Amino acid sequence: MNTAPIIIVGAGHAGGRAALALREQGYAGQLLLIGDEPHLPYERPALSKQLLLDSQPADACHIGSAEQYQTLAIERLSATRVSAIAPAKRQITLHDGRTLPYHQLLLATGGRARQASLPGADLAGVQLLRTLDDAAALRPRLQAGQRLVVVGGGFIGLEVAASARQQGCQVTVLEAGDRLAARALPPLISAKLLALHRARGVEVRLGCQIAAFRGDGSVSAVELADGELLACDTVVVGIGIQPNTELAAAAGLAVGNGIRVDSRLQSSDAHIYAVGDACEFPCPVSGQPQRLETWRNAEEQGRHVARSLLGADDAYAALPWFWSDQFDHSLQLAGQLQAAANCVTRALPDDGLLLFYLDAAERLQGACGWGADNSIARDIKLAEMLIRSGKPLPAAALADPASSLKSLLKGVASV
Amino acid sequence: MSQWINACDVDDIEQEDVLRFDHAGRTYAIYRAPDDQFYATAGTCTHEKVHLADGLVMDHIIECPKHNGRFDYRSGKALGAPVCVNLQTYPVKLEGGRVWIALADA
Ligand code: FES
Repeated sequence: MNTAPIIIVGAGHAGGRAALALREQGYAGQLLLIGDEPHLPYERPALSKQLLLDSQPADACHIGSAEQYQTLAIERLSATRVSAIAPAKRQITLHDGRTLPYHQLLLATGGRARQASLPGADLAGVQLLRTLDDAAALRPRLQAGQRLVVVGGGFIGLEVAASARQQGCQVTVLEAGDRLAARALPPLISAKLLALHRARGVEVRLGCQIAAFRGDGSVSAVELADGELLACDTVVVGIGIQPNTELAAAAGLAVGNGIRVDSRLQSSDAHIYAVGDACEFPCPVSGQPQRLETWRNAEEQGRHVARSLLGADDAYAALPWFWSDQFDHSLQLAGQLQAAANCVTRALPDDGLLLFYLDAAERLQGACGWGADNSIARDIKLAEMLIRSGKPLPAAALADPASSLKSLLKGVASV
Repeated sequence: MSQWINACDVDDIEQEDVLRFDHAGRTYAIYRAPDDQFYATAGTCTHEKVHLADGLVMDHIIECPKHNGRFDYRSGKALGAPVCVNLQTYPVKLEGGRVWIALADA
């Protein structure tokens, strides 16, 4: 009989979801959820939006309630760091030196916001945004009339810029590349984002190099490479995250761009699994290793790994999907865009846009949509189902705003 | 007590689709099922305040446009995380080609 617990290291979205899902799946053994933050597990999307706009309380982000964890006998160790894993002994060491044995270990260690390696990055008022505490620290700085400089034109940076603008701040976004969110988005959607931000009064500078943050104790300006000084009260650095893989690497686990796992989310050690922002898993379509930092990835991997831990051997196969909300617009992207042979564009009313990416055999690989509110959500969901169908689709119908994707799907289903 | 409100025309909603209906400062979602039955629920998701009418109706399920939370719109039942709170439902009747929903008096 095995009495050692399943231990989850990392009490973020994926870790919290996995803990709850283990109980849902009927796991009745000891279960320990360890996190270095003082909070309950929480979802991050609201940190750059609702929490900065005061349109949602922080506890609405929580995954499960304290009572729920208690009722389900999920023991939470919060504000606790794990300092080492000994796979051979199946035990972990906590920062205070205590050791705990495990039967199985789940690494949901997430990532940390990357800091700009520039002079002055340690000045007060140069903020990162990754945690609830970060959002709480940023919120009071976004008062009407305050000057904010956002470093990085990716999703976090742009969402913060939009929120700050909605609070009446003067906002400048500095992006080193030649378009916004270039890593994730096709150029047409980047252009929509740029136009929206500029129309709403955000100053966006592309191809912009920063030399330093200036200030006396607290930041008062950003100095650009050409010597120009941009006066500001607050800087938010949004240049991506660094996956927390050190613990896994020190334990001798295989680590690439994230903690390497197989299609069941099992690491190179049979008793250790990994999920979420920190793991690198085989893409269900191409088999190539990939690491995703999305809500769905955390949610679905959290669920999937609960089943894997309990012995299920099916592969994690969720399609990549994410959204971003900017002002009163949203974008969504499903599937893969890179490998596509052909892109079909469908223009929607009110400047909305759907892009469909087909392979050489005219099968849908990915889709990206942009529009007011959640206007494209339904179409992207249908596109996801069309991707799954794996059937060739007529490009003309995809391009035609009058042809319903739902009938296309039903047509495919009945073929 | 509740009151019957004249919400929309039967033809305003296609089969297997949903329509947003705002009334007296509140928002509702009215559904036309594949079998031509009509149903009504609260208009926003119980996870975050997102309008369900932007979501996708498949059979008797409405899927929230934001995180794909699913509800059976006939009973309002939440069908699993991220949604765990059921949707309020409202009685519906058809009269004179119109869809009426019964709302509680404020
Ligand atoms: S808002 Fe509906 S599922 Fe999250």
